[in-house]
Amino acid sequence: MYIEVKDTCKNFVQDGKEFTALDHVSLDIDKGEFICLLGPSGCGKSTLLNALAGFEKVSSGSVKIDGKEVTAPSINNITIFQNYGLLPWRNVLKNVELGLESKRIGKEERRKTAQKYLELVGLSGFEKRYPKQLSGGQQQRVAIARGLAVDPDIIFMDEPFGALDAITRMKLQEDILRISREEKKTIIFVTHDIEEAVFLADRIVVMMADPGRIKSIVTVPLGSHRDRTSKDFLYVRDKIFELFNMKSESYIEYYI
Amino acid sequence: MKKLISLKNVIISVSILILIWQIAFSFSSYDKALFPSPKMAFDALVEMIGNGSLFENIKTSMYRFVTGYFSSVIVAVILGLILGRLPKVFQYVNPMAQLLRPISPTAWMPFIVLLFGIGDVPAIVIIFIATFFPVLLSTVSAVGNIDPIYLKVSRNFGIKQPELTWKVIFPAAFPQIANGIHLALGTAWIFLVAGEMVGAQSGLGYQIIDARNNIRADILLATILVIGIIGIILDGLLRLAEKRILRAWGGQG
Repeated sequence: MYIEVKDTCKNFVQDGKEFTALDHVSLDIDKGEFICLLGPSGCGKSTLLNALAGFEKVSSGSVKIDGKEVTAPSINNITIFQNYGLLPWRNVLKNVELGLESKRIGKEERRKTAQKYLELVGLSGFEKRYPKQLSGGQQQRVAIARGLAVDPDIIFMDEPFGALDAITRMKLQEDILRISREEKKTIIFVTHDIEEAVFLADRIVVMMADPGRIKSIVTVPLGSHRDRTSKDFLYVRDKIFELFNMKSESYIEYYI
Repeated sequence: MKKLISLKNVIISVSILILIWQIAFSFSSYDKALFPSPKMAFDALVEMIGNGSLFENIKTSMYRFVTGYFSSVIVAVILGLILGRLPKVFQYVNPMAQLLRPISPTAWMPFIVLLFGIGDVPAIVIIFIATFFPVLLSTVSAVGNIDPIYLKVSRNFGIKQPELTWKVIFPAAFPQIANGIHLALGTAWIFLVAGEMVGAQSGLGYQIIDARNNIRADILLATILVIGIIGIILDGLLRLAEKRILRAWGGQG
């Protein structure tokens, strides 16, 4: 398996009380898959993402990418954050060039690459703007272009569209789906929005809180072109809804 | 338009100040030589400009000020950037800084004069001390207050020291550092005069002592006015520079 999470636990101590963010979580992910980690707040989906991205160490178990234990963040696996993380003192072009600079790529080449990815996210002509002059959706596009520019293997996305309005969010969902197919990246996407997960994912990892654990993994049997109003789409969405209402503690792998 | 209004306000405000001064002069029973009128102070100013002593003293004071202030800002910011990233070390440096900070730089004056003698150095050292602590502490706290997402992004994109400091930490902390640098400017200018009154034989501060020794209250007041005006100009220049840099930081200001 490309990404292997094996029997992983993560405990925090908060206000003197121990708190289990991840309770014996195991998960395998193939190269090129689009995975959504779906669940309510406190279910450990962001903790799991941070462990995969190398920002947090797990308490026990192992997290491996391409056979290697994850110990620190790597430029091969880029994380896209909810609040974008753009550097406000750099213009759009310079922001996208950030990762290329630490890859020691020459000035000309950096500019070309940055412009290529700005075009891919639909922001050609915004090179000289500053993040403050852009809308939230545009800022997230810049962050996505910045991530893609270093040609990562995996893109981690931590509720990336959570701060955007519904229309902008849908547009960005369509774009990220298109980009993931064109660029052939493995994407792990954290969300608490069921519809978003059904729209994007090849497989949805449904998580539950207290303690944070995987309840079931649902393979989404929809093709590459997804219609939010189609019968199939609504059917899958309803299945996920049901999962959240069920009391059963059993671990089910779903194939619809 | 906004500038025009503020200019109008300045003129009115200064006029009122001069008017109060004139009224106080008219009703005072002090000797004219001890408490001169605005007109006399203005004449003294013209005299000082005429014989070149004013320009000479401003030049001397500005040299000391610029040397002391900027060397202190550079050292304090660099040290602050380092200490801001080393909270464990700063735990031990902080009590030292807190102990030294409330001591008025003038308290060091006799000691400084004993060590360095009379001349440029005591004034420069005083300005250095006056600038150092506010800039150091605001830099350390600015580095501590950086939005952690910048550091997360930097780790993700493999930005390591020393690039991390000048590409991310310094610019991210800059607005708050600039605040400290700005506050320190006013303090430093105040202590320049104090420093020159004790430790120098030239400069604007010395001119005040000199005027007192010669019982020239008109020169004394004229010098005080000049010190105030230069203080305002320095503040305005720094504010302008700050605005420019902040604008380059991303459309603020």
